[in-house]
Amino acid sequence: MSVLRARTRDVVVDRVERIAEDVVSLVLVNQDGSPFPAWEPGSHVDLHLGEEHVRQYSLCSSPTDLSHLRIAVLNVPDSRGGSTWVHENIRPGETVSISEPRNNFPIKDSRKYLFLAGGIGITPIIPMIEWAHAAGKEWQLIYGGRSRGSMAFGDRLREEYGDRVQLVPEDESGRMDLQAVLGLPRAHMLVYACGPTGMLRTVEDLCMGWPPGSLHTEKFAATALGTTSAAEPFDVDLVRSGKTVRVPTDRTILDAVEDVGVRVLSSCRHGLCGTCETTVLAGEPEHRDAVLPQEDRDSGDMMMICVSRAAAGCRRLALDL
Amino acid sequence: MTLSPTADVTSLPDDPFSVANIVDPYPMLTRLRENGPVTWLEKYGVYAVAGFEEVYEVLTDFETYCSSGGLGPHDIRKDEAWRPPSILESDPPTHTVMRRALTGVINPSTVRALRESFTPPAEELADELVARGEFDVVKDLAEKYPLRVFPDAVGIPEDGREHLLPYGNMVFNAFGPKNEIRDRAFANADEHSAAIMRNCARENLDDTGFGARIWDRVHDGLLTPEQATLLVRALLSAGVDTTVFGIGNTLKCLSQSPKAWATLHDNPALAKFAVDEALRLESPFQKFHRTTTAAGTLGGVDIPAEEKILLFTGAANRDPRQWPDNADVYDIERQASGHVAFGMGLHQCVGQPIARLEMELVLKALATRVERIEPAGEPVPIVHNSLRGFESVPVKVTPRF
Repeated sequence: MSVLRARTRDVVVDRVERIAEDVVSLVLVNQDGSPFPAWEPGSHVDLHLGEEHVRQYSLCSSPTDLSHLRIAVLNVPDSRGGSTWVHENIRPGETVSISEPRNNFPIKDSRKYLFLAGGIGITPIIPMIEWAHAAGKEWQLIYGGRSRGSMAFGDRLREEYGDRVQLVPEDESGRMDLQAVLGLPRAHMLVYACGPTGMLRTVEDLCMGWPPGSLHTEKFAATALGTTSAAEPFDVDLVRSGKTVRVPTDRTILDAVEDVGVRVLSSCRHGLCGTCETTVLAGEPEHRDAVLPQEDRDSGDMMMICVSRAAAGCRRLALDL
Repeated sequence: MTLSPTADVTSLPDDPFSVANIVDPYPMLTRLRENGPVTWLEKYGVYAVAGFEEVYEVLTDFETYCSSGGLGPHDIRKDEAWRPPSILESDPPTHTVMRRALTGVINPSTVRALRESFTPPAEELADELVARGEFDVVKDLAEKYPLRVFPDAVGIPEDGREHLLPYGNMVFNAFGPKNEIRDRAFANADEHSAAIMRNCARENLDDTGFGARIWDRVHDGLLTPEQATLLVRALLSAGVDTTVFGIGNTLKCLSQSPKAWATLHDNPALAKFAVDEALRLESPFQKFHRTTTAAGTLGGVDIPAEEKILLFTGAANRDPRQWPDNADVYDIERQASGHVAFGMGLHQCVGQPIARLEMELVLKALATRVERIEPAGEPVPIVHNSLRGFESVPVKVTPRF
């Protein structure tokens, strides 16, 4: 269940298309044909299934065309039943209920991008690529799947973007060689990865030597459970200064603290040097730095406020500042 | 290295390694910064950058501006290097392995644990000096304190510690050209090098220090014995001089700024900010080189591949575009964070938390005990190819009642 119950809207299923083995795409339009509110690459919507199930699906249509929204659903028979329900029950012309688009996987501005997609993990990547390409960024997509026929949007991406897109169907060329692309850290390059947990674990391991903050992942397991709420704003009590600051999604705690004139020593501002370590008096941090040892992470007693944030579901931190 | 620059860069005849420009570097650095984003230094045939934005760019783009060419003016992959390359002179993936090993050993948690053992020597020294009333900040404090605490933290034997400062002097002077300054530093090079290398061996390190923790990684198969030796050597060469200069420079700034000292005396918790501002204004590590791996553009200027770039971090830290309010003035109320005195990016000083701890403890100890500090003579700048510091900073202190 999602942490925040978002407002929902009823939409009409305009088209249902089988776009790959076990994958259907749903094109959703507003009942009155009006455009959808603007959304950013990486966004998803909650899809309300029948009476009780809610599942999150990444939007894979174009954020520049708000006449419709598109999601793609992989049928996973042994999962909790949401995807099979979609495959078996949803037909064109039906009305379904969705949330407004929300973004837990926003794309940050940089010079170069490496997109890694495993299977249905391609969906949030598609609008990201469209944005990066239009912005004239240097980018590359490596997209792995079981077989060509199982890889949604694979051919279309190749056609549209040519050699920037590398398709890796496992039955033809084995698994994606992540070591080859991630073994050497790159400067000013962000990695956006979405796919199965095993793939993401390998990606995380290989990115350990990259500058902190280079890697951005979306685990659809976590998203499906609605546990990723790090993109929500939260409040921080600065106990010694007697102030409270709100930390919006596009600012760091350090930024917000400095904005109200409270002094903190910092240096790299990327979670690499450890200078801005701050004692946590209450609340649960989500560590995103590259310096704090595991023991300290687990204790939750201190955090690097230049990159780390409040954990999912924790709306308030108290810091010794 | 080429003999002439690309068309769109202006050159200057200035010599940043002349004694006059070392002793008082800032007029020349201002000229350099105002000349444009990139300047060709005729005398050395290098591209120089002194503005914050360009220096930051070179430091963070580790692909285009590599470290494996060495921090000096010659490409150590082509010229004979005077020693096996250190972590500072490496690129990923070699750098990645070494860096991970070091951050496994030196991190917020292990440095936090040092506070307790590092505090009493700072207080003892402060007591001693306050009792004397007049002393030399450099000889009596800055050179004493790091040598008292840091070698113990690494775990090297007492024997041979006298080689630490001369060896650091060699390492950092070698980031400049082969001039008389460098030659002087290398006068007894073999003797100093041998002594340091002896102390990097596992059997000469005690079981509790950072040195032994680095060697544990060899046991775990994460490092080769050669890499472990080089990492201990890196700690010993980079961990002393820079901190000595950092302490000296901080107190030099404060002794010339009575108002700042009064603020600090009233609230010694500001010590870490006072240090940070001094590191910005009088950065101990002033300049070093990177090497381009590919042709590219920096600040609108085309630079070919395999060129040396001389980075002036000390000048970047005084760039008025980054610090608009009197960048050349010492101001402990200023937000100095974000300066590049420790470098930036993948190679940012791994010992930064230790250095900051040492500097903060010394300054705090002094600030609580001393109501007024004033110059008791002119500071004497040290003549050094890459570091900024003082041979001597005489001061007079008035103890608190």
